[in-house]
Amino acid sequence: MTTVKDVCRHVRSKNAGPYWVTFDLFFDGPESFQKHHANPALGPQLFQRLFGADPALVRHYPVADLNAVKISYARASPQGGVVERDMHCGQQFVRLLDVQLD
Amino acid sequence: MLDPIKIIVPCGSLGAGVYEEEVRRGLEMGAHAIATDAGSTDSGAAYLALGVSKNNRASVKRDLAILMKAGAEAGIPVIVGTSGQAGGDKNLDWTRDIALEIAAELGLKPRIALLYSEQDKASLKARNAAGAVKPLAPLGPLDDATIDACDHIVAVLGAEPYVAALEAGADLILGGRTTDTAVLSSFALLKGAPWGPAWHAAKIAECGSQCAVYRTKGAGVLISIDAEGFEVEPLSLENRCDPHSVSAHMLYENANPFLLTEPGGVLDVTAARYAALDARRVRVTGSAWDEKPYTLKLEGAGAGGFQTIMLIGIQDPEVLSRLNEFHDKMLAAMNHRVHTTIGEAAGDFDISLRIYGWNAVSGERPPEGTPAPREVGVMFVATAATQEMATQIAKACNAWFFHFPIVEDDELPSYGFAFTPADIERGAVYEFKLNHVIEIDDPMALVRTVWIDLKKKEAA
Repeated sequence: MTTVKDVCRHVRSKNAGPYWVTFDLFFDGPESFQKHHANPALGPQLFQRLFGADPALVRHYPVADLNAVKISYARASPQGGVVERDMHCGQQFVRLLDVQLD
Repeated sequence: MLDPIKIIVPCGSLGAGVYEEEVRRGLEMGAHAIATDAGSTDSGAAYLALGVSKNNRASVKRDLAILMKAGAEAGIPVIVGTSGQAGGDKNLDWTRDIALEIAAELGLKPRIALLYSEQDKASLKARNAAGAVKPLAPLGPLDDATIDACDHIVAVLGAEPYVAALEAGADLILGGRTTDTAVLSSFALLKGAPWGPAWHAAKIAECGSQCAVYRTKGAGVLISIDAEGFEVEPLSLENRCDPHSVSAHMLYENANPFLLTEPGGVLDVTAARYAALDARRVRVTGSAWDEKPYTLKLEGAGAGGFQTIMLIGIQDPEVLSRLNEFHDKMLAAMNHRVHTTIGEAAGDFDISLRIYGWNAVSGERPPEGTPAPREVGVMFVATAATQEMATQIAKACNAWFFHFPIVEDDELPSYGFAFTPADIERGAVYEFKLNHVIEIDDPMALVRTVWIDLKKKEAA
């Protein structure tokens, strides 16, 4: 059983403007990148389940030169609303760390 | 052949802390301009809605004084965008007053261009009715009610107003809301640099030394743009840039790592190549600019409801072993209490309990079997249409929040609270309400340039 934190040297999350959140998963090398960057376990349904994202508004960009994948989703409610818990979304990456990849 | 155009980007954002020795080093390296942004939407909508800065005045004054002094000494322009955190007119005026104070104190006589980007609601409604405003996902078409719900609306300017102000001889530009990249690329565009490298260099340098290997050594970088590409190096001799640190910055805070939409075009770095020139400097080539119809993004912010909060700390192991149950029972009791005491007058209210030390940050229930924490903090948040009602709701819940028993009929517990009165009026909930672009034919259509010429004032 492999989880995100087993194959990434760094994972981060951040708001990208008030309406989008973006995750950068830096894999520990080209092998892990090739093996896992397109894993369906990191697909739109994951972001729907964890963050209530609309699957049609989840974007996925492999960045081979950095052995990284960027995944961005549109927030269900804009930054700073009534139940805002994480203005910069800087803690959201934690919920990806234990996602199972195989 | 274009001589390299060198720009000091002294920090990630004005007020965050400029190092005077770094700026001096940049000048010694032959810099032609100093450019930085002074804000972003990152810290939330309050700063646009209220027209205030997130920074304290003394921090901004300190940084701006270093830059204005350096600019005057070297005879090069100082370019600041998104003044006062949000770039609204009030934010810009606040920064203007600081600049005038600095000029008076240091005996400087800059020719100052103020680029106002705030939009009035009537003309925005007219442009919207004419079909010039288009939504960006996830929002839909703009309506008048949404425009009216904003306290302040800004258009996010491109580089053209900055280029025009530089052409007209500005020594200091204080801009309203602007893309970070437009602020940093404007001087190079004025000098005829190719647009791909100029915009890409600006994107890489937008957070100062964040594109370097060490995040905490120094604050600034020097970008040097030529006909084929650009180079970047940190201004601190203790720091260095490498191809990884520079290319990774394209990912930072961007939804898309290869394409960056700007007013009038898209920066495309898909084919960009990053190479180490030496231990400190990186050269970037292959950046492309794809010209598009001219659009400016709109940002609007306004107040929603008002909030009153209360805080407690809990160490009682019985409560800590049953936190989910405690949360649900307390929340139900509070909602019931508001309905029975305030009733319909409470209006459309919301009570939220955030258990710090358990699940406050995500709101997600920890998996079964998660060990009980040693202590938790609980934040009560009441949201209502007015501040007064939010506080009435908090007061109605006061006894429930401080003494809610997990075991019925037990002696009434008291949880740890630190303040009296216990309820804290937090103010309004400020929200961004727009995610739209406006199509314009003339890049100068939505900016108002105001000049303050201290040289002329001197002469007069």
